[in-house]
Order: sequence, then structure tokens, then C-alpha cells
Amino acid sequence: MTGEASGRLGLSGVCATRDLVVVCGAGGVGKTTVAAALALEAAVEQGGRVLVLTVDPARRLADALGLRELGNIESRVPLEGTGLGAVRGELWAAMLDARAGWDELVERHAPDAATGDRLIANPLYRDVTGRFAHSHEYLAMERLHEVHASGRYDLVVVDTPPSTHAVDVLDAPGRMIDFFESRLLRWLTAPARSPLLGLASRPFYQVLDRVLGARFGEDLAEMFGLLSLLRPGFVSRASRVRELLAEPRTAYVVVTTTEDVAMAEARRLVEALSDRRLEPAAMVVNRGAPQHLLDRLDRRIGLELQQCSEDDATVARLASLMEVPAPVLSGVLSEMARRTEDLVWFVEREQQRLREASHLAPVVARVPTFDTDVSELDTLLRVGGSLWRDHTGGAD
Amino acid sequence: MLDRRLLVVTGKGGVGKTSVASALALLAAREGRRVLLVELDPTGALAAAVESPPLQFEPTEVAPGCWGMAMDTEAALGEYLRLYVKIPVLGRLGALARTFDFVAQAAPGVREILTIGKLCFEVREQRFDLVVVDAPASGHIIELLTAPRVVNDLVRVGMVREQTAWMLDIVENPDRTGVVVVTTPEELPVNETLEMVGRWQRETRVAVAGVLANRVLPEPFGQREESVFERLADDRFRDAVGTELGVELAPAVAATRWAVGRRRLAAHHLARLRHGLPGDLAPLLLPDLPTRTGGRRLVTQLRDHLGDELDVVLR
Repeated sequence: MTGEASGRLGLSGVCATRDLVVVCGAGGVGKTTVAAALALEAAVEQGGRVLVLTVDPARRLADALGLRELGNIESRVPLEGTGLGAVRGELWAAMLDARAGWDELVERHAPDAATGDRLIANPLYRDVTGRFAHSHEYLAMERLHEVHASGRYDLVVVDTPPSTHAVDVLDAPGRMIDFFESRLLRWLTAPARSPLLGLASRPFYQVLDRVLGARFGEDLAEMFGLLSLLRPGFVSRASRVRELLAEPRTAYVVVTTTEDVAMAEARRLVEALSDRRLEPAAMVVNRGAPQHLLDRLDRRIGLELQQCSEDDATVARLASLMEVPAPVLSGVLSEMARRTEDLVWFVEREQQRLREASHLAPVVARVPTFDTDVSELDTLLRVGGSLWRDHTGGAD
Repeated sequence: MLDRRLLVVTGKGGVGKTSVASALALLAAREGRRVLLVELDPTGALAAAVESPPLQFEPTEVAPGCWGMAMDTEAALGEYLRLYVKIPVLGRLGALARTFDFVAQAAPGVREILTIGKLCFEVREQRFDLVVVDAPASGHIIELLTAPRVVNDLVRVGMVREQTAWMLDIVENPDRTGVVVVTTPEELPVNETLEMVGRWQRETRVAVAGVLANRVLPEPFGQREESVFERLADDRFRDAVGTELGVELAPAVAATRWAVGRRRLAAHHLARLRHGLPGDLAPLLLPDLPTRTGGRRLVTQLRDHLGDELDVVLR
């Protein structure tokens, strides 16, 4: 499908033509909500089995998706009683929890059980797994591959882990490959393989011994040695994950709010995607002005109210008409003027963001702020409805 | 709060950590202290907040009495090796640094220990009275501040063991080091803040110096204003007043109602925050400044509000 055609369709076009949607953006912009709403909307509107893999949902969203008890296990979200009537598709949800995953990976890729056990018993290993080559991001992508390869779902929507640089997620498989393929790893593990080969890296370990103590250096050498035995399994798996991320049927949706920081991160993310020859399928501008406030909103209203609040004669006349104290009325009018001006400014900035977004991606969706916390399925549906409409070039 | 030597400012992404860290630093500087403001994750956000040129590893003065630097573990490693290991590494630092960089990807705490080591070094050298750190989002910072403890427990002998001992004297001393958690009165940031404060207190020996609730919306109306507003929102008066002023009042009423609603929701989350925090950690409040305020102006305004808040607490 061409960008133009999917542009008219909004995000529904993206969901209909891809089988993996990766939702990314800066921390705190509402990725989790957007991912959940997108999956729900796709299940309701397009049918099929849709899975949302989420990272860190708010408690009530987790409740709504049935994630609080089940966590890691994929489970079906009951959609009855949401006023939807008969739903064509199925919504499934699971947490993308990486913590439990490492031992499992080591066991899978170890050439034999003894190697795996020794690695898991290595005193540094436990502490290492939390940091290892952006392991959290890698495990998320690994899980994604597993779910995708299972063929159980027509569409998988994934929420990416909060990382300082959202791109880390995309680079995780490559980094993992680089780590295992690196000459440095071979060089560092040389002492474990042969004393003669080890001559080259000995000065390094001598420095390390001086700095960190001998025992630490030995543990480190052992850990690298064992890790290098896991190389073939890790490398082939990570290559497949990397291929999946580059497939044309994988779509990237970049979420931002109207705030400067979030928008700057979104811009960086789009650049980073294109550096990797990937393109964002859509941008979502989240937390826009509530829809009902946009009616008949006019900059002039704020200005008039401000002027009036400062005009004693007018305030006095209105106060006697309303039978209220004039100073209080003046304060109220002035407050209303400020609120109106703030809103006008907010809406203008949002328009500007939407225009900017349409230069970055072929599809732009706008999600207004809702009066209620986005935690119930019906609010999620309203978010989903907004995602389905295209706003390329600005709001309607 | 400002009497400590090392303040680490953290919080969920998007709550305004960088602005608050800058405001804290400028406040201490205004009170005559020499302050070092450190950006741990070099995104350039800190330079943007204080409107300075991009920060380097070598501190540069970004405001009177306030210096800024960007953390760079490779440069920190170079400095460390020169100062402590006395290895003539300058020429070969590139290769060695690449090796360390590689090891740091996998070895526990290497990167963290270099970072925290540099921070503690600046505290110990006393070139600055206060070091303020703009730290990354919540989770990682625990690993950073506990790195000396982890390494101290892992490494039984050697230079690093000696090194971590003095770092622990700084990091685990509540008079010298404190964590400042920034949040906003919204659901997720409050949840995360409560969780983080709990973790700091259970899992670490690092003190939480304070919790700052940022972007707290002002109460738009008192009771009298509220009743006048309701009267004004009533159909009869709304239309009459609208005609009188020659504008349509309904959008202004709706905009104001929205602001009042947002304020109520925020008040609810703020109450949750107060209730969930230990008694000695009442949150300090920073107001929601007009959205169009940014950069140095925002930071300066935050600095003044922060100064007022701390004054009130001290009295």
C-alpha cells in the first residue's frame, strides 16, 4: 500500500496491512495507552486475533487488560459488557517482562547443560544480566520474535520499554551480535582457551587485577569464556530478530505529546529510523486539547474578558445585574480570560505539531485529552477511535 | 536540602527533572555556593534548560557560581587512570578505552562505578560546594548510586576496594548525599514515585532528601469565586453577560471548567502522594508555569518558587 492511500485510511490502514506494529516515543508520552488502544480498536474494527505486548501499564489499565494476575502469560481480554455488542476479533494481552527471561535464554543457547549451569552460577552473572548489552531491550525484542514466529496472532502491537534513547530497542539485536562477534571478546577470553594465546590480553588482566582485585578478574574471564560458548545460538537468534524489525510488514508508530521535549525526541527517533532504512508508518500526537473545547473557541474571547475584568464600570454594571460582589466577579472574569488564552495557545501549538508531524510520517493521528483517566476499556475505545482518523496537515 | 554536598535529581521521564535540577543548582549558586551541575545522559537537555553552549566533560561556568559538565565515562576513565593507577596511558588511551567500553557493556558496575566515582571525586576535591546531578529516569539511578556498595561487596581486595570505601562514606552519608525525586500530580508519576521512594528506603543506604511535586496547578477559585463562576455559567447570565461584552462566553466557561477539572484530578493524585510518603518526606510543591515559558526563564522562575518552598519548610 502506498503512503498516500494509507494516509487517507489513518492508522486503520497501517493495522490492516502489517502484522507487527512497534509503538515508540519518549518516556511519559503515553506509549502504553496508545499501544493498548490501537490493539483494541484493531480487534474490534478489523477482527482477527490481536495481541498487545505492554511494558509498564498503570494499575487500572493492567486491571482492565487482566494483566495484574497473569503478567507474562498471554491472556484473552474479556470484551463483553463494554457496550460493544458482538466483537469480531479477539484481544489478547501480556506483559513484556524481561526479568525472568535471561536464565531461559542461557539455557536455550548453551551448548550443554553444564555450561549453562556454570554461567548461571558465576558470581558476576546475576548482576550482569541486568546490564548486559542493553539486555532489557534485547529480551523484549526476543520475546516479540517468539510471539510473532508462533503464528498465533494476526497482529501484534508492542509497547517499547522506557529507555533513555528509544533507539536502543532497535539496536539491541545488532549490539548483541556485535558483542558476540567481536574480536575483543575472543581476545579477552583467550586466557581461558589457551595460556599461549592469553599472552596478548595478559597486560589487560594485570591492570584489571590491580584495579579490581584478582578474584574479580578471574570471575570476569570465566564469564566471558562461558558467554562466548553461547555465541552461535545467540548470533543466529539475534540476526532473526533484527530481520524481523526490518521487514516491510513491521510498522513503526512514533508517539509524542505537544510538548517540546517529547517532540524533539520524536524527531530524533524518526531520524534514527531512517538511518536504519526504516520509516515511521505513523505519528501520534497525544494529549491534545479536549474535542468539546474546540467549538467556537476564539482568541478574541480571552482578550475581551481580560479588558472587561479591568474596566471598573463594566464590572460594576455586570455585578449588579448578577447580584454578586464586583471584585470577585472581576477576579473570575480575569481567571476565565487566562484559561481561555492558555487553551487558545495550547490549540495553536497542537496545530503546529500536527503539521510538523505530517512532514515526518505519512499518517498522523491526534488523540485528545479525555476527562477521565485512561484506564477503562471504554475510554481506551475512545482513544482507539481517535487513532483511526487521519490528521495529516492539521486537525479538522 | 541544599546543605548536602551531592544531590541526585531523578524521576519518571517527562516530569521536568532537568528544569528542577537546574533550578536547585541556580538556587544554591544564588546563596553563594559554588555549584557543579552534571548531566549524566548527554542529550543536551541541560544545556537547553540553562541556555548555555553544549556541555563538555570539563566544567564551564553556565551562570554566576554555577558550572555545568556532561558526564563521559571514557574521559572519567582517563582521569581515573592518570590519577590513581599512574599508568602513562595518554597515548594508548583510545585502545584501552575501547576495551573498557566493551567490558563495561557486560561487566557489572564498571560504567556506574566510573560515573559515581567522578561525582564523588568532585565532592571530595571540594572545588565545588555542591554537586547537583540531572540523573536519568528512575530505575537506572539506583544501580548507579548502589554501584560502590555492589562492587565493595563483590571485590574483596585491590585498589577498587579501597576506592569504594571512601565513595561509600560520601554516598551513604545522609548529611552529604541525597536523592531528590521529582514527580507531577498525575497517576503514573505518583505511582512510580511512591514505588521508587520505597525502593530507595528498603534496598539502599542512600537517603531520599526530598520529593518535589512539579507542575502543581494553582487552585483557580476559592469558594466565593466558585459560586460567582457558577452563576456566570448559568444560561441566563452567561448569555446576558455575553451580549453585554459582545463575545460568546460558552467557550470561556468550558475552558475554565476544564482547568478546574484538571486541578481536581491533580489534587487527588497529590493527596495520594502525601498519604503514601513517609511522614518526614512531605512533598514540596512547584507551580505549573505557563506552558510557553521555557529555557532559562522557566528555570529562574522555578528557582524562586523553590527558594520560597524551602524557606517555608525551614521555618
